[in-house]
Amino acid sequence: MSLVLNFWLRVTALFSGFGEQFRAMNKWQRYSAYGLGVVALYLLPYWPDVPVLGQIVNTPGSQFETVLNDQVVIFVLIALGLNVVVGIAGLLDLGYVGFYAVGAYVTAILTSAHGNLPWLLALPIAVVISMLFGLILGTPTLRLRGDYLAIVTLGFGEIIRLTAKNMDWLGASRGISNIKKPPSMFGLKFGVLDAKPYFYLGLTMVFIVIFILHRLEYSRVGRAWVAIREDEDAAELMGVNTFKFKLWAFTIGAGIGGLAGVHYAGKVGFINPDNFPLQLSILFLAAVVLGGSGNMYGAILGGILVAYMPERLRNFSDKRILVFGIVLVLMMVFRPEGILPKRVGNEHKKRRAKSQEGEVAS
Amino acid sequence: MPDWLIIRTFWELTVTGLALGSIYALVALGYTLVYGVLRLINFAHSEIFMVGTFGALLASSQFLSIPLLEDGNYPYRTGMTLIIFLVFIMLIAMLFSGIGAVVLERVAYRPLRGNGDAFGAIVLAFLTTFIVSLVFVDQAKINVIIALLATAPISYAYMRFFKQGRKAPRLAFLISAIGASTAISEAVGVWSKHGRDQYQTPRLLEKKTLFTMFGTDVRIDYAIVIVGALLMMTALTLFVNKTRLGRGVRAVAQDAETSRILGVNVDLIIIVTFALGGVMAGGAAMLFTLVYDQTRFNIGFILGVKSFTAAVLGGIGNLKGALLGGLLLGLVENYGSAIFGGQWKDVIAFVVLLVVLMFRPTGLLGESLGKARV
Repeated sequence: MSLVLNFWLRVTALFSGFGEQFRAMNKWQRYSAYGLGVVALYLLPYWPDVPVLGQIVNTPGSQFETVLNDQVVIFVLIALGLNVVVGIAGLLDLGYVGFYAVGAYVTAILTSAHGNLPWLLALPIAVVISMLFGLILGTPTLRLRGDYLAIVTLGFGEIIRLTAKNMDWLGASRGISNIKKPPSMFGLKFGVLDAKPYFYLGLTMVFIVIFILHRLEYSRVGRAWVAIREDEDAAELMGVNTFKFKLWAFTIGAGIGGLAGVHYAGKVGFINPDNFPLQLSILFLAAVVLGGSGNMYGAILGGILVAYMPERLRNFSDKRILVFGIVLVLMMVFRPEGILPKRVGNEHKKRRAKSQEGEVAS
Repeated sequence: MPDWLIIRTFWELTVTGLALGSIYALVALGYTLVYGVLRLINFAHSEIFMVGTFGALLASSQFLSIPLLEDGNYPYRTGMTLIIFLVFIMLIAMLFSGIGAVVLERVAYRPLRGNGDAFGAIVLAFLTTFIVSLVFVDQAKINVIIALLATAPISYAYMRFFKQGRKAPRLAFLISAIGASTAISEAVGVWSKHGRDQYQTPRLLEKKTLFTMFGTDVRIDYAIVIVGALLMMTALTLFVNKTRLGRGVRAVAQDAETSRILGVNVDLIIIVTFALGGVMAGGAAMLFTLVYDQTRFNIGFILGVKSFTAAVLGGIGNLKGALLGGLLLGLVENYGSAIFGGQWKDVIAFVVLLVVLMFRPTGLLGESLGKARV
């Protein structure tokens, strides 16, 4: 066991060294490294065509690029949004699928059922309406303590789904079809079969969201969120308007969930209430916590894993949810802070490193 | 407006609402007990209920070999035989759920509290090797053999890990619970006899009218459900309030650290708490199959969510709150669906919860398992 531990420490040391090296690079080297990474990501749909390595990512039963867009990109977007709510601000939201559904339904209503707007115009409206829903739900509920918040948000997700299912105006259980696709731009045609343009669009959305969240996280707002997560009472005493910032987190999270919904609706062209089951909320939360709640890159990794692994492991198709459940338990037992734990302050980190050294030596 | 419907069927709705509410209340007790003691939403409690329904199914169809006839000519039992059969089935269901809850605690929660034991290590090691072997071969028997072979060394490694006594953050418990919940229900969905199909449970008694009240026929199964649930809840309240172990439960709920210092075996109390919750869920499961005659691998999910809503409605951590919340939720759902239509049933339940929490943020009766007024 100590051998394994030793090995693990070495592997992590390797990566932390990588990080140090990365930070030591000058501006231009760093930017070109970023650029290379981004280009590599945009080339992802072609991975299965690579002779030998392609086999690694092969998804039996569905096209790789379809999986990339319909599952991975959507989950990553949602994990990013939910990470703001759960990971950074520490508000347990079990009804996130509700915002995702709002985004998708607003797009569907505006472009197909009760309007004829282009998709590009529906996008900002849907995001704003999702944020409004976040505001409406948040205002009464964010005064509640953690666990009550969990059940109320759970209820909210279910209310959204059932309302969509029971109201004819929202297409009832038939759903809404003929949702408009994104317009052709930059030589990309958004058709029915080819998922690659959607993936490029979704990836771009992910980058924009990462950029915005990165700016927010290291601003006054982000610091307020972390303060609330760590100790709400202390934050309040130090003069942080906790309610306001909690509401902000909730609203921004809702907006990103809505964005994912818009993207989803634009891709599939047809939605019905069964696309937004309660179980999906739980998968979303699992993605964030599995990857590392509170760390944006952890959440992204979690989103990728939760979305991609079931598709990759199709060969035991009916048991994959079972395996997923067991993996969640094992993960929480052995690495509860997620694969990529949240980064703590520099001072704290140094102290922890010191104490860990002591443990290994003894 | 069809609100004449609710007036015409008011008492009927009341009876069915109370019966449904009693089942909610029994399941809600499990949530409330665990929450009171561990401050943990035991998300997998719904699957403990599901396991109980399968226990009841097994007891009636296998142990008592009551045949399931298609033509409606069930071999009904009456009198003393019926009572003995019912009690037997209920005990088996409680056994299933109780054991399920205790195993769940040892495997999915206890290691997270930083004091995992050998049992948890062995089960987790078995599960690990099992899913790893699943990647290579997919034949249940071979998987189990491989997993059993590799369990010993891996569980040893896990025990070494547990010795570090790492405590997980609060959110981890919830995710572990979600994982366990998924795994349990999927395991039943994959490996039970009819898989994901619906199971009919044999009918034991003819569902005839027992007596008439306010011009409404009270069916015998509803009466059994309400009376049975009340009896079980009384027994639970007596246990928690009057016995030594119950005092331990209250002490740990109030302050786990202090009670540990004062000599309470906290781990034992936690096991007792889970077992109590499981037994209540098992009773609820048997009563559920009595009324609805069916079960399925995913039957727990929605019912679990509703029961948790009931627990929160009454004030989670409060035994009386669970009873009040459960009954209230059952009634409100029934009346509401008569007014707005059955498809809005779940929406009504959640809206009521929202409204109550807005005005009473800790539920109707507040949180109080630890306090004297349980």
